[in-house]
Order: sequence, then C-alpha cells, then structure tokens
Amino acid sequence: MAASAEGAAAPASLLEAVELTKRFGALVANDHVSLSIRAGETHALLGENGAGKSTLVKMMCGLLQPDSGELLYEGAPIVFPDPASSRTRGVGVVFQHFALFDAMTVVENVALGLPGHEPLSALAARIDDCVQRYGLTVEPWRRVGELSVGERQRVEIVRCLLGNPRVLILDEPTSVLTPDESESLFRTVDLLTSEGRAVLFISHKLDEVRRLCHRATVLRGGKFIAEVDPKQETASSLARLMVGAEVPRTPRLVTHEMGEPRLLVRNLTVAGDGSRGSALHDINLEIRAGEIVGIAGVAGNGQTALFEALSGEAPGDPESVVIDTVPAGGLGPTERRALRAGFVPEERLGHAAAPDMPLSDNVLLTTHGDGGIVSHGVVRHSPLKRYFQGIVKGFDVRFGGKDPKARRLSGGNLQKFVIGREVLRDPVLIVVDQPTWGVDAAAAAFIRTTLRERAAKGCAVLVISQDLDELLEFTDRIAVMSEGRLTPPVPVAETSREAIGLAMGGMHGHGAEGGSHAA
Amino acid sequence: MPLKFERQENVSALRLAAAPLLALVFTLIVGAIMFVALGHDPIRAFSIYFIQPLGDVYTLQELVVKACPLLIIGVGLAFCYRANRWNIGAEGQYVAGAVLGSWLALATNGGEAGPWVLPAMLVLGALGGALWGLIPAFLRVRFGASEILTSLMLVYVAQLGLDYLVRGPWRDPAGFNFPQSVTFDPVAVMPLLMEEGRLHAGIIIALIAVAVATFVLGRTLTGFSIELAGTAPRAAAFAGFDEKRVTYGVFAVSGALAGLAGIIEVAGPIGNLQPTISPGYGFTAIIAAMLGRLHPVGILVASLVLALTYIGGEAAQISMRLPFDVTRVFQGTLLIAILAADVLVRYRLRRVEGTSHA
Repeated sequence: MAASAEGAAAPASLLEAVELTKRFGALVANDHVSLSIRAGETHALLGENGAGKSTLVKMMCGLLQPDSGELLYEGAPIVFPDPASSRTRGVGVVFQHFALFDAMTVVENVALGLPGHEPLSALAARIDDCVQRYGLTVEPWRRVGELSVGERQRVEIVRCLLGNPRVLILDEPTSVLTPDESESLFRTVDLLTSEGRAVLFISHKLDEVRRLCHRATVLRGGKFIAEVDPKQETASSLARLMVGAEVPRTPRLVTHEMGEPRLLVRNLTVAGDGSRGSALHDINLEIRAGEIVGIAGVAGNGQTALFEALSGEAPGDPESVVIDTVPAGGLGPTERRALRAGFVPEERLGHAAAPDMPLSDNVLLTTHGDGGIVSHGVVRHSPLKRYFQGIVKGFDVRFGGKDPKARRLSGGNLQKFVIGREVLRDPVLIVVDQPTWGVDAAAAAFIRTTLRERAAKGCAVLVISQDLDELLEFTDRIAVMSEGRLTPPVPVAETSREAIGLAMGGMHGHGAEGGSHAA
Repeated sequence: MPLKFERQENVSALRLAAAPLLALVFTLIVGAIMFVALGHDPIRAFSIYFIQPLGDVYTLQELVVKACPLLIIGVGLAFCYRANRWNIGAEGQYVAGAVLGSWLALATNGGEAGPWVLPAMLVLGALGGALWGLIPAFLRVRFGASEILTSLMLVYVAQLGLDYLVRGPWRDPAGFNFPQSVTFDPVAVMPLLMEEGRLHAGIIIALIAVAVATFVLGRTLTGFSIELAGTAPRAAAFAGFDEKRVTYGVFAVSGALAGLAGIIEVAGPIGNLQPTISPGYGFTAIIAAMLGRLHPVGILVASLVLALTYIGGEAAQISMRLPFDVTRVFQGTLLIAILAADVLVRYRLRRVEGTSHA
C-alpha cells in the first residue's frame, strides 16, 4: 500500500508484512511490525537479540501465525498455515540452526526437503548445476556429519535454491564464513537479486549490510524503529538505531604482564576418520596466563578435532596437552575441568547444552565436578539455583518464564549463559570455539569484553573463530589452521587481514584465492 | 490425504499427565468393541474384568502380588529408558535371576541351612539378572549391536535354559515327571505378610526400590547423567559422563531388578522352579514403565492398573470362558495407546499442502 503511494517508480512489493503483532504470554515479541521486500532487492533486517527478528521471519514463512496484521504476497493478502505452503509460494528460509541429518549424505538431506521422489543421481546433478551457477562449493555425496558449519550452511542454501524461491530469507548467514567465503556468498546474493529474486538478509555485521543491502529495516524491542538506506548510513549510525545507544568497542587491555604457560600443546596429532574431514598434524601451541590467542581458519580444517582433543572428549597421548603444568592429554573432560580449565564448544544446542533440559539443570554439565553443587553424588538444589541466578544476573541472560528449556533461548542469550557458566568457575584456562557465532553485536561485544577481563585477571584464553575481524579485534596473537596444521601464532600488531587470509587458504599451495575462482 | 507431524514447542505438564489417562480410555473403548464382537455384554465384561476384583480382600491381595514383579522390573526399566537404552529383555533377566537364585535354594534343599538362605538367594537373583542384562550392554558397547534385538533374543535363550533345567537336572525325582523342581524349604521362601492369602515381603522390597529409584533418578548426579545421556549424548560426553559406563550401569540396574523380581516370584507365590514362572511380567513391565512416565511413583500406579488386567483376565477365563489372550490384547492396546497419546500430545498432526486453509 505504501509502495503504491510512491508511484510507479518503486518496484512492487513481493512479500509484505503489514502491522504484524505476536504475543507470547505477557511478552510482545512483535508489536505492529511492517516490512516489505521488493523483487530484485536485498533487504536487511537488523536488530539486537530479542528484537523480534526471528519471530517476524517465522511469521513470514508460516512457522508462526500472527495475532493480528496480515501478510501480502504480490499485493494480495495471503495466509501461510505452515512452512510447506510458504515454500510452494516461493519463500525459502535458511535458518541459523540447521535442520540436517548428520548420518546422511548431502543429496539425501536435500531429497528429504523436496516434495515428490527424484532419483538421487538426478538430484545430485541438479545440485551440481546449482553449485556451478551460484558459486557455492558443495559436494553432493559427502556425509553431512563430516561437514563444517560453513559447509552445512551452503547445503541449506542449495536446498532452498533448488525450490526456486522468489524470496530467500537468510538468517545470520555470514557468521561462520571467512572473508573470502562471505564475498562469494555476496556474489551469490547479487546474482539472485539480478534474476529478480528478493533476499531478506539478517545480519549483525553492519559493514556487510552497507555493502550488500539496498534497504534495511531496524527492529528494537519488538517494535519497528526505522527503514533506512544502509548505503546512506554509517556503521555506527546503524548500530545506534539497533541498540538505542552507542555500542562499546572491546577495550584493548594489553597492559598486564604475561604469566606462566597455562596451556601447552606438543606435537598433537590425531588420525583422520577415513573421510576427507581433516584430522590434526603435529600441532604445537603455548598460551600463557593473561594471554588471548586466536585460531583463525575456514570451517572444517580440524578445529573440531582440536577442540575435542583439548576438552578431553577425545583423549590421546598424555604429554600432548599440558594444562597448568599437568600432563592432561590422557584425561577426560571432568578431570581437565578439575585442573581449572573451562571449555565452550561451537554447537550450543546438543553439545554445550542439553536442548530439552531446563536451563538450571544445564548448569550441572560443567560444574558437577567442582564441589559445592554436587556433594557425595547428590545434587543440592539451593547452591545450584544460586549459581544459576549468578549466571543469569552476571551475564544478562534473558528468557521468558522462570527456568525454560535451553532450546527456548535465543542464540545470543544461550551463548552468554554458556560462557557465564565457565567464567563463574574462575578458570585458569578457557578454550572457546566460535564464541560469537550467531550472536548479536551487543552480546558479542559483551562476550569479548568478558573474555578480555578474564585474561586481565590471569586466565589464558584460546579462541577458535572463523570471524577474522573478531580475532583481530580482541586477541593478542593469531595462529591459522588449515588442513589440520597450525601456523605459529603471530602477534596481532605484526600481521594483517591479508597475511592471515593468505595463510587460511595458501599454506599448502592450493592458492589463496581458490574460493573466489569457484564463483 | 498427506499428513505430517509437527513438534509442539509448548506442551503443558497437564497435557503430558493426561496422556496416560487418555490411553486408558481409548483402551476401554477398544475393549468394549472387542467384547461386543465376541458376543458379550460389554458392561458385564468390564464389571468382571475391572470392578469385581476390587471387591474383596483376597483379590486385592492378589492384585498387589501381581503388581509386585511388574513394579520391580518397571522401576529398573525406567533407568534404561531414561538413558535411551531400550532393554526389551527384562523377561529374560527375570528368568536368569530366578534360575541363579533357585540354584541356592535347590543346593541347600533338605539340609540344615539357616535363615541366610533367602537373602543370599535374593542377592544371587539380582546378580543373575544383572549378568544377563550386561550381555546386550557389552554387545552394544563393543560391537554397536542394537540392544533392542539382542536383549529380546536373550529372552528366548533364558527361557529355553530354564526349560532344560526343570525338565532335566533340576527335576523333582518325586514329581511324577512333571517339569518342576522340588518345593523350596521354608528358609528359602518369602515370608507372608498376612495370615491368609499370598501377600509376601516382596512388596516391601518393591516399595524400597521405588523410594531409592526416585531419589537416585531425581536427586543425584548419577540420575542426571542417565537423563543427559538419554536426551543429549554429545552434551553428556562434553560434561564428562562416559557413554559406556552409562550403558553398563543402566543395564546392570535394570537386569538386577528384573532378576530380583524373578527370584522373589519363585521364592514367593510359586514356591518352586517351573517352566511357567512368568505370565509375561518382563514384557508387561515395559508397559508399566511407559504408562508410569518412567517415574518410579508413576510406575507404582501403572503396575496396579496392569495387575488388574491379569486378575480380571483370570476371572473372565472362569466366568465368561474368555481366553487369557484377551488380557494380552488389553495390555497391547494399552501400550500402543500410550505411545500414540505421547506422540499426539507432543506433536500436532497437520495436513500438508494441497488442502485449503481458513
């Protein structure tokens, strides 16, 4: 309706949300929110944790039904009773949490999402076509369990594209990608919009939004705040709209002295599992008290194997991992935590937290060996509740209800909970895999500041991340992981994006710009 | 018409609690249809099945006697099922426990053994069941074999083993060639709790098992690790709980309780070893565990309900000449109804595309 008032110059809306309202109990998740996506444009949806972005997206694809307001598809009112009906009308969504079966191959997973029956070989050919056309690197016959997060995301995107959507909704797509991978995703998105499709791009990375998107809708606290042209805005003016205040940069505090080595990794080698998934080759690393070391690298280059070797989920040679002078390579997770080490895995749901257990029970996962909460094998509820409240208050974990299941929390809030659970244990070593994946700007800044503060108090911090900007912003030294090997860490001041980007792809002669040729 | 299930995000505790009741109602409806089809008055049949047994003290005692093995086995199964380990072979563990416990009763038969015999039999019974239960656990941990299949197949091994013993080496020489052992000595028999009837001390053991299991599952780290291993195995590994230990642990507990139930039954109401020491208690206990929501107190209630189907079945056999299979039909319908009610409460059934919408 607004579009027609502007006259014929503006292209018509393909999908439009008009004054959508959704309540969950007392919480108004969306309060008369409007948004229109036009054919051929990339539209950004910006907002903090809990701003109502997910709710809006879910209503636009039929996962949730609005309490009031309506959806317009090509100007006509439409109701999507379920996601299948929105899919048939050409609305495809790639969610932050992937819905893929680990035990199946890529092509089998894609087949599950498509109506009707199609021979797998024909489907694999279609996937290859789609991959060629849009420059997405996906191998149809690999098992999803072997894929990294970044690769899984590409599988989800391909699955959506095979349905030939007119509107593609991408929920935080670049959080897991390298600069190169992000660039090729942007080219894909540009290609899609040039074909007349519309893309709704949900992101916290304001630079990306400014580079990629034609218009941006900003939500805050469930309310529509503004619709702006991101190219006319600066990153900080967009952040102000989103947060309602200035966003703090993580303060650099390298004034303190480095102390004793807290983590020593010596000649750590892990055999591969027979598939192409990289294992580890001769990893060496030293992290001292007060230091933050970052490990950069594209997903699927051995980061998961490294994390599991460090956390004790995959124990090995006792001398290969030394925590605080104790050879710990042969110990399990509980014994390593007893050495005051803390671990935060990449997957929040199912690895760092049990999705269907109450949040307070999830406290027990890493604290049961610390004494206090569990005595003589019995769980004591009042210390548990106190610890739980400590995390919730100290780390600003927001949720509805008193003690919801972990799966009910938004990504950012769950991540704050998981980080808080470790930090409150007062560890001397923290290993974090993807600390801010899928987390909004304010929460990410909070998490980085928290880790910085721990380092200042003498904790050694290892951050494994695919977000290069993040590593450059708050680590002291950066090493690069590629095909299971690790470069020696270099002080951040002595390196650059370009040098690291080169090491990510070019260390073993595959050419640094291999990713861009794929397009 | 294509249909599909969608997971419901917010399922109220009330609806979860209502699911077993719904299942009971559904079972009664199916039962009514069955009685009509067989040419019986459903009201009279239900009265014989479910009302009359509650009428006098003797049958009430019998109800508890029948509920006792279901309760003990069901509590053990709750450990397995909470850990997402599907022990279907409690019947075999029951038999294994009964056999190992009876060995002592037979070895000391006719001698001067003191009152230590019965406690030792109970320990051996639990041990026998636990060892039998650990076989599928080992096969799963070592070879990745499905515990559902292996535990079920071991039921038949145990039953045939029992059959061999009571027809061969352990047969009562003075028993007119009936396949059964000698009657146990008084020191090898469960003491009775009342002057008349068959109510025995096993029910006290069962209630202790309920109390201990409620505590362990609800309040201890062990219970937490079982639950975690069941709902989020990767998170359990991250938390430092060894998957193998959980598997061995829950099978050992579950097997031990099933074995205990077996030896209590043999040393209690039966009094000697026979091929037919169980009317399918090990399988019916699966229904009790599911109907009781894997909670020991719930299983207590569910065991009484299922015991009623046994008692009612016996009464109907006598007064209506209905075959005992009717009881099996009731129990089977009940299990299917519980499983279906669970799914329907947690998920929502919807038609998929192609249909119009309001």
